[in-house]
Amino acid sequence: MEYERKKGTITVHLTGELDHCSAQSIRRELDALIAEPGVKTLVLDLQDMPFMDSSGIGVILGRYRTLRERGGGVAVKNMNPQVEKVFTLSGMRQVIQTLS
Amino acid sequence: MDIINQMELRFLSVPENEGFARVAVSAFAVQLNPTLDVLADIKTAVSEAVTNAIVHGYEDETGLIVITAALRDDGILEVSVTDTGKGIEDISRAMQPFFTTQPEKERSGMGFSVMQTFMDKVTVESVSGRGTTVRMQKRLREA
Repeated sequence: MEYERKKGTITVHLTGELDHCSAQSIRRELDALIAEPGVKTLVLDLQDMPFMDSSGIGVILGRYRTLRERGGGVAVKNMNPQVEKVFTLSGMRQVIQTLS
Repeated sequence: MDIINQMELRFLSVPENEGFARVAVSAFAVQLNPTLDVLADIKTAVSEAVTNAIVHGYEDETGLIVITAALRDDGILEVSVTDTGKGIEDISRAMQPFFTTQPEKERSGMGFSVMQTFMDKVTVESVSGRGTTVRMQKRLREA
């Protein structure tokens, strides 16, 4: 999992499909990254994620809840139309920032 | 209307088959030249239905999932996803957005909402202790 960190923000480049099958390993890797001291914001770059179903919503919201307790949050960027449709339907825009 | 092609898939309820199932159904639907957006909708809905069968139908057991798909001469794709798992006690409650019986596992509770949004028609039949069938329709092209 490629990532870069700038101060309290960690940007993770997710690749491959995010479904129930892959959710557990992605969740585990993200949790390890945001467990680093000082991380408050997680940015998920979805440029190379061609597919996500509602299992991905659970993964994103779970990380959001963790970081919200630290006064931070989660943002996403580079969603394709399919991912964006699932994202929007799930009401994620109310709590997850989308970056251009 | 008449059926112009149909297929059936049988596979074990293991998560590794979620991707296989959605790709197989969308590949079958390609015959009617739908748009890429329509294919993405089908993949997403099938993924949700198969995930529900694995996660809720069979829960900690492994069973058989059967998908049937048919192409109609009026441009409609019919898909059914069947498990013989534990069934759904209250279908209308299960179909409510954000309802989940497994919040501790970070289930979003959006599976049926996604199916209903991405497909043109979704119906659910379930018998407690005997299993569930989700039937979906999607228009692939004008008749």
